Amino acid sequence: MKLTKIAAYAVAAAMVASPVMADLVFPSLSYRTGPYAANGTPVADGFADYFTLLNARDGGIGGVMTNVIECETGYSTEKGVECYEATKGEGALIYEPLSTGITYQLIPRATADDIPILTTGYGRTSAANGDVFSHIFNFPANYWNGASVAINHLLDLNDGDISGKSVALVYHNSAYGKEPITTLEVLAEMHGFDLTLLPVDHPGQEQKSQWLQIRRERPDYVLMWGWGVMNQVAIQEAANIRYPMENFIGIWWSGSENDVIPAGMDADGYKALTFHAVGTDFPVFDDLQTYVVDAGLAAGTGEHVGTVLYNRGMYGAMLAAEAVKVAQEIHGVADITSGMMRDGLENLVISDETMAAIGFQGFAPNFTVTCENHGGPGLGGVAQWNAADQTWSIISDYSQSDMSVIQPLIDADSAAYAAENGIESQCN
Amino acid sequence: MFYREAGDYKKTYAEDNQTFPLKLDRYGYYVILAVAFGIVPLVINDYWASAVLIPFLIWSIAALGLNILVGYCGQLSLGTGGFMAVGAYSSYKLMTSFPDLNIFFIVLISGVITAAVGVVFGLPSLRIKGFYLAVATLAAQFFLVWLFNKVEWFYNYSASGQISAPTRTVAGFEVTGATASPEAKYLFCLVLAVLLAWFARNLTRGRIGRSWMAIRDMDIAAEIIGVNPLKTKLMAFAVSSFLIGVSGSLFFAVYLGAVEVGEAFGIQKSFLVLFMIIIGGLGSILGSFIGAAFLVLMPVLLKNIMVGQLGFPIDIAAHFELLIIGFLIMLTLVLEPHGIAQLWRVTKQKLRLWPFPH
Repeated sequence: MKLTKIAAYAVAAAMVASPVMADLVFPSLSYRTGPYAANGTPVADGFADYFTLLNARDGGIGGVMTNVIECETGYSTEKGVECYEATKGEGALIYEPLSTGITYQLIPRATADDIPILTTGYGRTSAANGDVFSHIFNFPANYWNGASVAINHLLDLNDGDISGKSVALVYHNSAYGKEPITTLEVLAEMHGFDLTLLPVDHPGQEQKSQWLQIRRERPDYVLMWGWGVMNQVAIQEAANIRYPMENFIGIWWSGSENDVIPAGMDADGYKALTFHAVGTDFPVFDDLQTYVVDAGLAAGTGEHVGTVLYNRGMYGAMLAAEAVKVAQEIHGVADITSGMMRDGLENLVISDETMAAIGFQGFAPNFTVTCENHGGPGLGGVAQWNAADQTWSIISDYSQSDMSVIQPLIDADSAAYAAENGIESQCN
Repeated sequence: MFYREAGDYKKTYAEDNQTFPLKLDRYGYYVILAVAFGIVPLVINDYWASAVLIPFLIWSIAALGLNILVGYCGQLSLGTGGFMAVGAYSSYKLMTSFPDLNIFFIVLISGVITAAVGVVFGLPSLRIKGFYLAVATLAAQFFLVWLFNKVEWFYNYSASGQISAPTRTVAGFEVTGATASPEAKYLFCLVLAVLLAWFARNLTRGRIGRSWMAIRDMDIAAEIIGVNPLKTKLMAFAVSSFLIGVSGSLFFAVYLGAVEVGEAFGIQKSFLVLFMIIIGGLGSILGSFIGAAFLVLMPVLLKNIMVGQLGFPIDIAAHFELLIIGFLIMLTLVLEPHGIAQLWRVTKQKLRLWPFPH
């Protein structure tokens, strides 16, 4: 029994270790262990499976095979640095670290090493200003868009007037959770609502006092910037104090199946933002089933296919793969380098045609990346959980966030970064 | 046969008092220094610097600091993470407020600021000791982390609360920031680690070190023979916090380059350093280095063996890593409760007698 297992590992090792000539390397700084594993695992699976699909179905991208190197970070920044140093020498084209803390670490390092970073819906928001952050991309939406979309949703519910209403923000007390505060403060002043800030410390299992305060003050709406085990605990606590779920809105990182299922029927009606579709109702999933899942090539256990975070991991992989195609076209080389990959990302155009060609039609909104704008359009929708059917459904269309509020904030923050680090404008 | 005092004549008091009285030890020490300064910088690359050697040196400094407090002076502290945060945030504030100040002095001044904070939080040690003092220093840990999260001035009002180290140079070589070469970063940490270890070693074998040990072994007896507990304990807190502050400063400025306090300097870091000195050996300079090596290098080594060589799936490797490290910690403590440094001491003792054990 034991020996067979060891033998199985040895065979797996031999298969993994077999050298692949000239390939496109996509490091995956994943976390399948620790307090954030429940959310890290499906994203890593989705990311890996999409490249497996490209290899099995199309023979890679533009004829060059892809190779995903996984490195476990456990959401720790120190391990993230180790993983980055360990994988960058393998010819890494792009990093998608799935951690705001690790992203902050990598911004200067990767820029110096000429490797782009793509942070879909997380990371440093002001990196949307491509004029300052040459190698950092955070399309299609960022935290400040998310904050604005959430407030717009509240405006919609209240016929455009939320003055005098109270909104509480329950947030992970880290760079990630603090990101939306400035935007929300500006919006609070603009629309006249009261904002209460309730920080939750890492890892987020202890939230009794925060929810006691919510129970006492009964804010009209609660927003949440949570991740990992913090989400499940928050939704359970909200259910315990019988807070109306339809007034509880999470950011897109607080809206996966893992977060709501533990609370059972009590989580019914919980809302979360999203910047892409949920479910498996897209042609690409048929191919995925045929070439990856049925062939036994799925990463992890294969049980996450079609869940919110799996789709997000796949979406991140898809954007990277499309950028490779653009880069191959621009430079006329199939086996591109990380510098070419950066050009590919900067000239990426996601249109109905590109989405249809790869079986993703209607999966996410269209956008165009430019040298100045690395942040995309910032569209976001609202999804609601149906506990009886165990499904998320999108209840409001992707809508524009208030860029008149966000753009000045982005400009101010990136200008401060540029001044601190002596960065000159790169778009001319 | 070779490892003994016989034949190694000492002609002066200075020679008689040196740290390594045996020729073999002394030469070993010189060889290690020569390799560390002369050969390692020639072969080092980004991975070895950022993932292995720099964290090892920085954690060694932190372990040295805590060892002075716990190992030499007997005052249990769980505030290491918080004191490292003081070092990191003071160097950030100094770096951004005085762009022309040399990073070498910034690191040392950060240490001094941490020493001052350490003395304040060391005051309870005059009334309480043992586990109660551990709880008091635990309060320091939580308070300091909360402070750096709460007061925006410490992170220059940035939106995310992250602090990032700008590029700074020593003698024209960049040692912080993204473009710094691995050699420069490594040598900068190495110089500080060697200087501080030398400082700590000589402090502990002189009058001050003896008064610390007197307090550790029996504080009432120490007081009776004329050791001032107020001065001695606070001095231990100051020196210990100075070293920990320097390590926190290097941890932020040279090693990570960007930190947020809750993640980088949480309670788990306090425990990590405490485990280092318990495993390495309480009251031993060498033990601090061994303990840091054990807890910093072992996970990287195990990971590279399991994932790189054996090809384990990464999540299984991460779980196995915890298992193996835990097992090794227990094994070490069962076989040698005084830490790995004690093992080395016993070996030396045996070597002196070899080949005639009686």
